[in-house]
Amino acid sequence: MSAPLLRVEGLKTWFDTPKGIVKSVDGVDLDVGRGEILGLVGESGSGKSVTGFSLIGLVDKPGRVVEGRIDFKGEDLRTASPARLRSLRGDRIAMIFQDPMMTLNPVLRIGTQMIETVQAHRKVSRAEARARSVEALGKVGIPHPAERIDAYPHEFSGGMRQRVAIAIALLHEPDLIIADEPTTALDVTIQSQILAQVQKLAAEMGLGLIWISHDLGVVAALAQRVAVMYAGRIVERGTIDEVLDAPQHPYTAGLIGSTPMANERGKPLRQIPGSAPPALGRPSGCPFRPRCARATEICQTEPPETLTGQHGWRCFHPLQTPTEVRA
Amino acid sequence: MTVFIFRRLIQAVIVLLATSVIVFLGVFAIGDPLEILLPGDATAAERAQVAASLNLDAPLPMQYLTFLGSALTGDFGNSFVFNRPALSVIFERLPATLELTTTALVLSLVIGLPLGLWAGTKPQTLVDESVMTGSILGFSLPNFWQGMMLVMIFSVWLGWLPSTGRGETGTILGIRTSFATWDGFTHLILPATNLALAQIALVIRMTRTGVQETMPLDFVKFARARGLSEGRILFVHVFKTILIPIVTVIGVEFGSLIAFAVVTETIFAWPGVGKLIIDSINALDRPVVVAYILVIVAMFIAINFLVDLLYSLLDPRIRGRA
Repeated sequence: MSAPLLRVEGLKTWFDTPKGIVKSVDGVDLDVGRGEILGLVGESGSGKSVTGFSLIGLVDKPGRVVEGRIDFKGEDLRTASPARLRSLRGDRIAMIFQDPMMTLNPVLRIGTQMIETVQAHRKVSRAEARARSVEALGKVGIPHPAERIDAYPHEFSGGMRQRVAIAIALLHEPDLIIADEPTTALDVTIQSQILAQVQKLAAEMGLGLIWISHDLGVVAALAQRVAVMYAGRIVERGTIDEVLDAPQHPYTAGLIGSTPMANERGKPLRQIPGSAPPALGRPSGCPFRPRCARATEICQTEPPETLTGQHGWRCFHPLQTPTEVRA
Repeated sequence: MTVFIFRRLIQAVIVLLATSVIVFLGVFAIGDPLEILLPGDATAAERAQVAASLNLDAPLPMQYLTFLGSALTGDFGNSFVFNRPALSVIFERLPATLELTTTALVLSLVIGLPLGLWAGTKPQTLVDESVMTGSILGFSLPNFWQGMMLVMIFSVWLGWLPSTGRGETGTILGIRTSFATWDGFTHLILPATNLALAQIALVIRMTRTGVQETMPLDFVKFARARGLSEGRILFVHVFKTILIPIVTVIGVEFGSLIAFAVVTETIFAWPGVGKLIIDSINALDRPVVVAYILVIVAMFIAINFLVDLLYSLLDPRIRGRA
């Protein structure tokens, strides 16, 4: 594998609250290559969105990135100046958010919002910026882009609005797109249309994509590799096949087990016992320990990552031995 | 849009009619103008003659209809005191009041908006706290007291600015205004500031709250993720969003500025309609009082209409529905 587009090592993002420090992201390692889609999966509060925002320096106060390296094309973004980060955002690294109703400013035409994005990074005329925006809208499948560009966000349906957001993300043909649950607010048909479109565009443009989602099914359909996040840490990562077919971490196995399947209709859905640890007062050692049937004494210490090829996990008692996985 | 304007015009006529009835009855209840117009030793015959000449001997509904008939032709009757058409007495004084209130309004925006934006972007800092504390003073100190303090400090102690009258006026673009001369300008500063203080406080608070409510919204974060500068985000994205509530309040407040001008005009002896209405009520000068209130109501209606139009300009979501 060539040098990845983005390599994150030991990322820690903490929030100082009056009740104590919330360690939302507590030592995350990730890498994404060009033309690769990485699924970042976890339940609510696992820190996956904060991870996304940490990468581009958009963590809201009182949060701050306290540790780690964010290596993007050989540049450490954690030490980059705010001005440098601003010039990268929307240009080399774009972001797509969850709720398409909320991400566009309701009182500005989408054309205005696209043109300003172009002009924030390139010294081009309005007409040129507009032509580029129309082209981007056409690329994501908006019909009559030259007319629709003068519409306001409320004149689009939810799915179309998310396409607009994707078009904005694509304006500068970025190297990396961070998509934070971009299809969660959409209905299933629209979701599959958008997924197909994104997959096609990512392949065509050779961009790296981090797809943050709580939906393992979506990630399985879209991504080549997946990272499973739990309580601020990546507990397991690898290719889709490795992780989904031979999960090592009991949490990953639980997550797969609790996904509704069409062929198991009528049976009660399996659940992971217990609930995610509170943001404050997470257990020491393996954070999954209180919910894990396999936990022993040793789980009170931090489990190191076991890495076999690309497949890695943080567990003292993996479900299968690495040799079994290979078989 | 045409339907919208037409509907608003009909509403305006109904409001004006209703107001005219209420005002007419109200003025009737205040007292009999003959008591003031006639000398104490007037005979019954003289009384009857004056009453007849002023149409005060007809029954009330008839008086109202006569009034309404001539009001529709723009004739609100002659002022009892000035013996000239009431409307021209008012329009003579109105520009001075409008100049005062407009200046106060502009002041409140020019000072209030930047301070509000500044405080809004720096919550819980020294800037924010000082601006907020200052605005509490603007709100809670009585307007007339602020006026007297301004006179005390800037006219009496420092001697920088004149405290009474409108000073010398000149003509700019056919409008007689205090801005045309330095003397007129210095006369305007204190009353306009006095009138503006509470408005500044209001604009600051509205703007600050607006900024603080808008900043955490997703579209601001998305704007940052698109690499826009903080300036563009604040002055275009946030500002355009918070302008909608601000315009509403400003519209309503412009009306109350004209009303509050009564106090300010009295303190600074400003020759506007505020002072005229107080004098007219004291003199039971019915035509002036009635005409004044109708003019003010018409202005309120016009301002509100303007606000609604601005609304649809500012908020595309409303445009379709209007």
